[in-house]
Amino acid sequence: MRAVLRAPRGFGPDVEGEVLLSRDTFSARYDMDRETGVISRKGHSLEGMSLVGKIVYFPAVQGGVAGGWAFLKLKGRGIAPAGILFVITNPVMIQGLVLAGIPAMHHLSPDPFTVLKTGDRVRMSPSRGVVELLASA
Amino acid sequence: MELTERERRMREGEHGEASRIAIEQQIAVGEFFEAERLVPVTNVHMMGDTEVMGEGGSAFVESLLAKGAKFCLPVTTNARCVDFERAAAGWQDPDTVAREAALVANLRKLGAMLVDTCINYQTVYQPHFGEHLAWGDTGTVIWANSVVGARTNYEAGPAAIAAGITGVTPSYGYHLDAQRVGKVRFEVRCALEDYADWGALGGIVGRKTLDYWKVPVLAGVSVALGCDELKHFGAALASYGSCAMFHMVGVTPEAGDEAEAFRGGEPEASRVIDDKALAAFYRTYPEDRAEIDVVVFSGPQLSVLEMRKIAELLRGRRVHADTALVVTTNFANHQMASRLGYVQAIEEAGGKVFCGTCWYIMEPARMAAQFGWKNVLTNSAKLANIIGGYRLYPVLRRTEVCVEAAVAGRLPAEGILR
Repeated sequence: MRAVLRAPRGFGPDVEGEVLLSRDTFSARYDMDRETGVISRKGHSLEGMSLVGKIVYFPAVQGGVAGGWAFLKLKGRGIAPAGILFVITNPVMIQGLVLAGIPAMHHLSPDPFTVLKTGDRVRMSPSRGVVELLASA
Repeated sequence: MELTERERRMREGEHGEASRIAIEQQIAVGEFFEAERLVPVTNVHMMGDTEVMGEGGSAFVESLLAKGAKFCLPVTTNARCVDFERAAAGWQDPDTVAREAALVANLRKLGAMLVDTCINYQTVYQPHFGEHLAWGDTGTVIWANSVVGARTNYEAGPAAIAAGITGVTPSYGYHLDAQRVGKVRFEVRCALEDYADWGALGGIVGRKTLDYWKVPVLAGVSVALGCDELKHFGAALASYGSCAMFHMVGVTPEAGDEAEAFRGGEPEASRVIDDKALAAFYRTYPEDRAEIDVVVFSGPQLSVLEMRKIAELLRGRRVHADTALVVTTNFANHQMASRLGYVQAIEEAGGKVFCGTCWYIMEPARMAAQFGWKNVLTNSAKLANIIGGYRLYPVLRRTEVCVEAAVAGRLPAEGILR
């Protein structure tokens, strides 16, 4: 087990899961089907992929206040992501993840694409500020 | 995080379970963004509509009520999905109306003031320089930070509700001096003659900035401008760029000159926005045909001055039989505009004036399907940005062109881009 990403202290308990890496930014209103947790926007690098149970990485976020409630809805339906990683996020996204109790971290370094690939099994530990590689895909 | 005695007691549950939940969330968000403390706020403005909240949000409000939640300071509500008085005219889905009514009843129990407006700063509450707030709607936040010099982050629904219960909010981001420093510079060299031009300018700056944490600085604005121009500019900038603050040199209070806007530092980048750039922005919303199905003046709700402008352009004329014209405003402005005869002028011309709502949350996709609408003409760049996501074709034009098109049922001859 190897710490591959470092970050300031984040939110939530440690979680393990498959990582899903996005080149594109994230908006809860425009990019995701809030009924299913699937990335729905045409041309998004994760188009058609489900966030359910995954540890998802987005470089940045967009959009306004819809993010504040969107994750609670996913959590209530049992289709939430296991955790979300960002380089740059915003208050609305974190307010929504805290409300839903979904772990989150930001200011990750280095660039996750240089050390991880989609499908790798990782553990994110917000309290320790690390993401560890458990098994390569 | 450093907590006061009151906050510690709240966290320990002495103020009840709802307060404990609320402050725990605020502490978690604050610690994430490395806030050192919570700061008292004087006013909360919350998004409380079923479109954005969904069943999860409505259930959350119910659970807080069951735990004894009550707001401890004035909490006002943003525009909502339904105009209850006018919904019966066949414009809105009865299920949506019922869901919204149930949510409204619960928000009232929490102690919310149901003003249902996205222009609270023009009609309900004008904060002062340096005042700490917890405001939700992005257009209201950018107005408070930029135009007034008040201080707030984007407080989405759950965060605004928490602030309403605790009376405080985590002190990070735009509550702090360091975050309010100008980062990127835009030199304005384009003609700005209408609300739509100001919205387009906001859209251009937003598309280039695209970062909550970056404050754009507008230099070179020399035309006289009023609060509705700043409203359209700010709302578009927040919508396209997720920005929460701007400086406009010589206009906004923390930017007497460029040195003050950048706090003596250098901008990361500097760009020029000229007439060509503005024209190019308008062209990013091409119509799919000349016929216009609906003309919308909304997003944000209209001020009395904006309603006057629409009324005067429409007076004595008739909206085309195949075209709808929609205006949204709040209750206060509707009453004022009725006294002044503007509502009557718009309605006599065949327009529809909705209250307490904003068109893009009135289920525009469903409305479009019901009425067979495709082309939506508007003078609001913010609205154009949002409804593009609803499989409608937004077309952005200046206010006068919008009214002319509403009367003619189609866009005017080629060449009139704005």
